[in-house]
Amino acid sequence: MTDHIKDNNSQILKGRIHSFESFGAVDGPGIRFVVFFQGCALRCKYCHNRDTWTVNAGKEYNSDELISKISRYKNYFTVSGGGVTLSGGEPLLQQDFLLDLLPKLKKQGIHVAIDTSGSFPLTDKLKEIIDLADLFLLDIKCINDDICTELVGVSNKLELEFARYLSDINKPVWIRQVLVPGITDHEDDLLKLKDFLATLKNVKKVEILAYHDLGRFKWENLGCNYELDDVPNATTEDVARAKKILGLQN
Amino acid sequence: MDFKQWDGFNKAGEWTKEIDVRGFIQANYTPYEGDAKFLAGATEKTKKLWNEVLELYKKERENGGVLDADCKTPSSINAYEAGYIDKDLEEIVGLQTDAPLKRAIMPNGGIRIVEKSAAAYGYKVDPETEYIYHNLRKTHNDGVFEVYTPDIRAARSSHLLTGLPDGYGRGRIIGDYRRVALYGVDALIAEKKVELEILDTDEFTEDVIRNREEIGDQIKALNDLKAMAEKYGFDISVPATNAKEAIQWLYFGYLGAVKDQNGAAMSLGRTSTFLDIYIERDIENGTLTEEQAQELMDQFIIKLRLVRFLRAPEYNELFSGDPVWVTESIGGMGIDGRTLVTKNSFRVLHTLDNLGPAPEPNLTVLWSNNLPQGFKNYCADISIRTSAIQYENDDLMRITLGDDYGIACCVSAMKIGKQMQFFGARANLAKTLLYAINGGRDELSGKQVAPKYEPITSEYLDYDEVMEKFDVMMDYVAKIYIKALNAIHYMHDKYSYEALEMALHDRDQDILRTMACGIAGLSVAADSLSAIKYAKVKVIRDETGLAVDYEVEGDFPKYGNDDDRVDQIAVDVVKSFLRKLEKHHTYRGSKHTLSILTITSNVVYGKNTGNTPDGRRAGEPFGPGANPLHGRDANGALAVMNTIAKLPYEYSEDGISFTFSITPAALGKDENTKVNNLVSMLDGYFKQTGHHINVNVFNRELLLDAMDHPENYPQLTIRVSGYAVNFIKLTREQQLDVINRTIHERI
Repeated sequence: MTDHIKDNNSQILKGRIHSFESFGAVDGPGIRFVVFFQGCALRCKYCHNRDTWTVNAGKEYNSDELISKISRYKNYFTVSGGGVTLSGGEPLLQQDFLLDLLPKLKKQGIHVAIDTSGSFPLTDKLKEIIDLADLFLLDIKCINDDICTELVGVSNKLELEFARYLSDINKPVWIRQVLVPGITDHEDDLLKLKDFLATLKNVKKVEILAYHDLGRFKWENLGCNYELDDVPNATTEDVARAKKILGLQN
Repeated sequence: MDFKQWDGFNKAGEWTKEIDVRGFIQANYTPYEGDAKFLAGATEKTKKLWNEVLELYKKERENGGVLDADCKTPSSINAYEAGYIDKDLEEIVGLQTDAPLKRAIMPNGGIRIVEKSAAAYGYKVDPETEYIYHNLRKTHNDGVFEVYTPDIRAARSSHLLTGLPDGYGRGRIIGDYRRVALYGVDALIAEKKVELEILDTDEFTEDVIRNREEIGDQIKALNDLKAMAEKYGFDISVPATNAKEAIQWLYFGYLGAVKDQNGAAMSLGRTSTFLDIYIERDIENGTLTEEQAQELMDQFIIKLRLVRFLRAPEYNELFSGDPVWVTESIGGMGIDGRTLVTKNSFRVLHTLDNLGPAPEPNLTVLWSNNLPQGFKNYCADISIRTSAIQYENDDLMRITLGDDYGIACCVSAMKIGKQMQFFGARANLAKTLLYAINGGRDELSGKQVAPKYEPITSEYLDYDEVMEKFDVMMDYVAKIYIKALNAIHYMHDKYSYEALEMALHDRDQDILRTMACGIAGLSVAADSLSAIKYAKVKVIRDETGLAVDYEVEGDFPKYGNDDDRVDQIAVDVVKSFLRKLEKHHTYRGSKHTLSILTITSNVVYGKNTGNTPDGRRAGEPFGPGANPLHGRDANGALAVMNTIAKLPYEYSEDGISFTFSITPAALGKDENTKVNNLVSMLDGYFKQTGHHINVNVFNRELLLDAMDHPENYPQLTIRVSGYAVNFIKLTREQQLDVINRTIHERI
């Protein structure tokens, strides 16, 4: 009976989803089913999913619909040590929906990673969500707050607090930074980032993602101006250099 | 039977008493659970020899695709003198003709095709040979067209039935070439003589007479094989003594087959674990090192890479890139739970490193979730680096086929030496649907091809009405399809019988024959029906009332996204079509089977099919095999796999082909992750009961560059549909089809 009522509730609560990728191999461990949430509050100039920004677009799904989709891939999760990655857009913009979805994923034994900017105040609700996830893929946009604000439209204060909190409760996290030549690759900033990361005790992996302009066409399709027009793609050498500064192994 | 060549073998079981290669393998092989570290590189001899072959390849390309051809001597097992590449360097010998890459003619299939093929490359068939085949010796092609009925001809020329083997050799028969090595040819002949005695019956029926004649041909073929080997200085009447001889004997068996038949697919079988037993024995005796063992395998593979046929341009349009389908099936599990992976399973894959990638032999890994991890990782590693391997679901096939089956051509599984198939190409179900709407008229020519009946006249298509008519039209297609195949295989047996390949089979009465039918355009048919059901499809007719185009209003579920609403339609179509085929009597009582495989002809079939109700434009290629139409899959690779895995293998036992392409970056960030992800993907897909997958790992840019600079990519190999090709040998149209196809690249 209780289950029935719950189901009815979940019929009402819907998530707005941009799209799915059934074979995600680069967003968390193993093979991931990636759910791209619709809507994002940040305005990253290098965003390669520009079409996920608008909050009121996408397609609505309730949590059971998502679960039945995702659970079709369990055979791939089990053998690879994979699971589902909630990405976007920004999944943490839809917290009520996550509170409905995450326990159900847990119940199915599916590993959950959340790919987020972490730019949210640490409310009790958010803490509950954090508790339910197995892993965070946390984007540190730039440790230099001036550059960060200029590049993505908001200060890095909240995301650094978010990172600190994950460390305090010992929640596994992969730190990611997009390496944008001339913007996020200054040596002193990278060294600062290194110092910051050294204070976190939960970091399982640090990934330097090379900036590329493959998402540019999405901006153009939407009639938007692509501001990083003159910025070259980051090369393998650029990434190697950044990794070296950060003291990471190649 | 007892031979001194068998010293050191475990003689338990029946294999010494009767022809039983599987029994020999089971009693003697050594499973290998380790990794690839033991492997040895190519020897200097092999490298030199391979470089000479690469030079020959280059000349072949520069010469327009054919290096040389003998257009006088009709090929047969023993028609040619011995030929060599460079005798001193060759550990394994034997060529189809007296020189490498020199092609032979095989007019028993049809003289006109031979003439056309020769002319396409600037050759002319010798007048005397022409005279014989035009006037004195009837061919398979003559026979078929003599009996074809008007409905078959109409269906054929309108491309409702496509790629039928009425103008080329049917192939897809695998001789058990291992028997030559294990027993020697004399023992095989003796066995055939016993068979003749059994067929000395009181009731001298047509079947008995045919069988006796065929056995006579088989014995002759075996004697020819011995004579052919003698020209190379070997006596293969007795069993092979050591690993080198075992490979040589086995190869002679195969060589005889490719001298005798220009079959569409001339597959090798499942030989590497068999050969491993000889290699292990030699290594144990101290007469062979790992380097030498690898040298033998490398050189064996070089020979397989040299197999060529003279084929007509039309054939190349259907099956591009000059494929031979020298399919070798590797690995798998035994029914007793031991893996059939041996060190030689690694060695045969290792040739892709030692010699570089190549489309032939068509290396096919029989994948089981229980395969040793070391082997799984090695396969994935090689796949990522070469795109030259295909995988088929051993856990699925072992249920019905046991543990000594092999793959013929791309995906057709058969018990080695115990089963053969009548290859049947495929029926175009996308076109069938259009005929259903148009009352049997062809949407491109307007001709009445199928019997006339009431076309659909409404402005918008009604799902129930379309389904009813589609059902009737499928009935019709199934009927003429089997009619055509019966004619083809009757005549092929009569005029171009594969005597040597069948000599390497069990007694006729024990052989399972399948009538291997096929479907093209499955995803187009399913999407079209889905559009009609879930969206609104408006018909656009020309002045004669012929439906020539469709307007789709609204969205509809598309095949390839793991959406049951449309996937179930595809499943139902497959089941229904097989049941319709089963209503018709087949030649030699063969079992009806079905494949969802187009090879590369998805391009040609698409070219000849008009606009379809799913919004596909006239002339656009179909998806290859069971793939979705490119661009229709919006949820990534695994969603496609989940869709394809729903297609019921029980109803398509001749195979369900899926071609998968991904960029290296999308597979994972570092080499280990890539390997792990690919292994997991294969494990997962086959657990979902998927049947077959071609794995390609490359970037679009690489292919574009290869189109512009083919000279820089002589060995660039890609998997197309159940086989691999040299990318640069594809036509431009086919290259573009590959490039436009979905390459999963989301990162």
